Amino acid sequence: MNKTLLIMKHEFLNMVKTKGFIILTLAFPVIALLAIGIYQIVQGASREPIEAVNIGYIDEIGEFDDFTNQPGDITFSAYGTQEEATSALLAEDINEFIIISSDYVATGRIDRYTLEKELEPAEKTQWAMKSFLLSNLLQGQTSLEIAERVKYPMWLNNIRLEKTGDIASDQGGFTAFMIPFMLSVLLLMAIFSSSGTLLQGLGEEKENRVMEILLSSISARQLLTGKVLGLGATGLVQMVIWLLSATFLLRLVSTTIGGMFSGIQVPVSMLVLGIVYFILGYLLFAVIMTAVGAVGTSARHSQQLSMLFIMPSILPFYVLFFFMRDNPDHIVSTVFTMIPITAPMTIFVRFALSEIPVWELALSITLLVIAIVGGLILAAKVFRAFVLMYGKSPGLREIVRSLRLA
Amino acid sequence: MSAVEVNNIVKSYNHKRVVDDISFSVDQGEIFGLIGPNGAGKTTTIRMMMDITKPDSGKVEIFGESLGEDTKNRIGYLPEERGLYRKMRIVESLVYLASLKGMDSQLAARRADELLARVDMLPHKGKKIEELSRGMGQIIQFLVTIIHEPKLVILDEPFAGLDPVNTELLKQMIFDLRNRGTAIILSTHRMNEVEELCDRVLMIDDGRCVLYGELAEIKSRYRNNSIFLESEGDVGEIEGVIGRRENRGYVELFLDGETSAGDVLQQLVARGIMINRFEVSTPSLNEIFLQIVGEEHE
Repeated sequence: MNKTLLIMKHEFLNMVKTKGFIILTLAFPVIALLAIGIYQIVQGASREPIEAVNIGYIDEIGEFDDFTNQPGDITFSAYGTQEEATSALLAEDINEFIIISSDYVATGRIDRYTLEKELEPAEKTQWAMKSFLLSNLLQGQTSLEIAERVKYPMWLNNIRLEKTGDIASDQGGFTAFMIPFMLSVLLLMAIFSSSGTLLQGLGEEKENRVMEILLSSISARQLLTGKVLGLGATGLVQMVIWLLSATFLLRLVSTTIGGMFSGIQVPVSMLVLGIVYFILGYLLFAVIMTAVGAVGTSARHSQQLSMLFIMPSILPFYVLFFFMRDNPDHIVSTVFTMIPITAPMTIFVRFALSEIPVWELALSITLLVIAIVGGLILAAKVFRAFVLMYGKSPGLREIVRSLRLA
Repeated sequence: MSAVEVNNIVKSYNHKRVVDDISFSVDQGEIFGLIGPNGAGKTTTIRMMMDITKPDSGKVEIFGESLGEDTKNRIGYLPEERGLYRKMRIVESLVYLASLKGMDSQLAARRADELLARVDMLPHKGKKIEELSRGMGQIIQFLVTIIHEPKLVILDEPFAGLDPVNTELLKQMIFDLRNRGTAIILSTHRMNEVEELCDRVLMIDDGRCVLYGELAEIKSRYRNNSIFLESEGDVGEIEGVIGRRENRGYVELFLDGETSAGDVLQQLVARGIMINRFEVSTPSLNEIFLQIVGEEHE
């Protein structure tokens, strides 16, 4: 068997067997499953029979006589004075009462009296009050239909068209936001956990000197390529497990919870690009981490160094999500798309917010692939120069010098 | 064809020459000593022979070929500070590292069993490396070095930390390899091991070659021309002896440079002196080493 493949197989098996990998890979489906379960229980609890609510009111204007039965089993009962209403409240004939004062039309002020201690009145009750007031106010002024429309001025239904005028398959909105968002979070988690494992493995090989035996058998480039590919394979397996469980969970969710989830349809193009960027991003980090691992003196030192590269990769996440939501096609996002280290996150964020021109995608993928291959060659040189120097980590100038020499 | 041919290799780190113009060759079926104090440049020289680091200038050939993947397959290397994957089982380690040397893994598994049987460790084959004692770990490390049947074996301080029993076992295996035509390079700073095992030596100090050749020839070259004599009764004046030093139980006679040891012996026999010990003194490698390094530093 090819030696690079041997290393790849060894690294892959080692990585897959670590507790961190197993926990992270299973955590996502298990947590989602738990969330669905909890949602079900909470829903079950809140689906108690609707209690009838009786609201008393004192009408100082004298025009609020009708529409006393509102949806949600809420009824309004008129009282002459505040004293009567108060004794009815204390006798639990009514749940609460309101006073429509004589200057209500001018001020909009309503005093509400209740025995409950609460943050704010239930939405259902508030809505019923508004509806009761509006219906009575508009009675005789306009038709019933118009009065209903005043309560709900619009039901907004968005439809996105392609340039051709056809209805687009990717309708944007929640789905389009959710999937790239999940992808970026998963990529981050995958990078964090696997780079930790990789650095630890490299550190161990350096510390117990297996490295010398490995390098007496294979070249630094074979070793690095094998490690990077092994890590890539690990990422792929993780991704496949997540995708399969996501498909299964979505089906489960749309049958049980329904609502917003039933409309989720993942556009194929988004899925394919998502996977491509996930794998490429993962490989790029594997390359960076092996170079860092070669230079670092210990696993801990390497981990600190690795933050220098992880931080910028998260940058687009913040910059684009928080500052450029309203203008996602800004030049900055194009620049982020082209820089390999920020590209995967940027692409995921931009997926969520807008359309990405094809040329940008093509160029960004090309640059990313070049960065991975070029990075691998450079990393092999750094690796060769520094991996067997124990106890002392080289300065930036030394690294640059060794790259020039090698 | 020699196993190793090294020509004028130079390597510098941070403007300091760690290896400075070293040349030597190692034949097949010989044990070659690479000796010198700590930090002399032995390990760097070895790494250049295995293409782990590249020399700044000079050339290394292994079995007549320049370095590459193929030459790496023919070399077995035992690094100075040893280590294996601690969590891996013995047999897995042997097979994995042998397969990285281009050996078929089924063949490697069979060979692993053979070798483990040879060192009486077959019952432990499923143990993890971290469960082994230091000496056992070292023996496994040696098996890793030779499992792929290399034609050139490089051992960096192989006896460090071994008990006498394991030391003997290791020596025996090294001699077996030599007898089958394997070239062996023994890098060490322990001169007694070299005297016991090596045919030829290269001594380096401060990156430079200070001594190179057959051990016997070097010893006779550095002989200080004296004889150890243990006899009964006084020997009296002997022709050609220009000085003597009395020691506990024996006397050291210094010759004038023209008289041979045989001449002295003849005189003693002619006088009818009872001789218990008559030995041409050869300096130990250690003394030669101290002498050379001392001169260098003066």
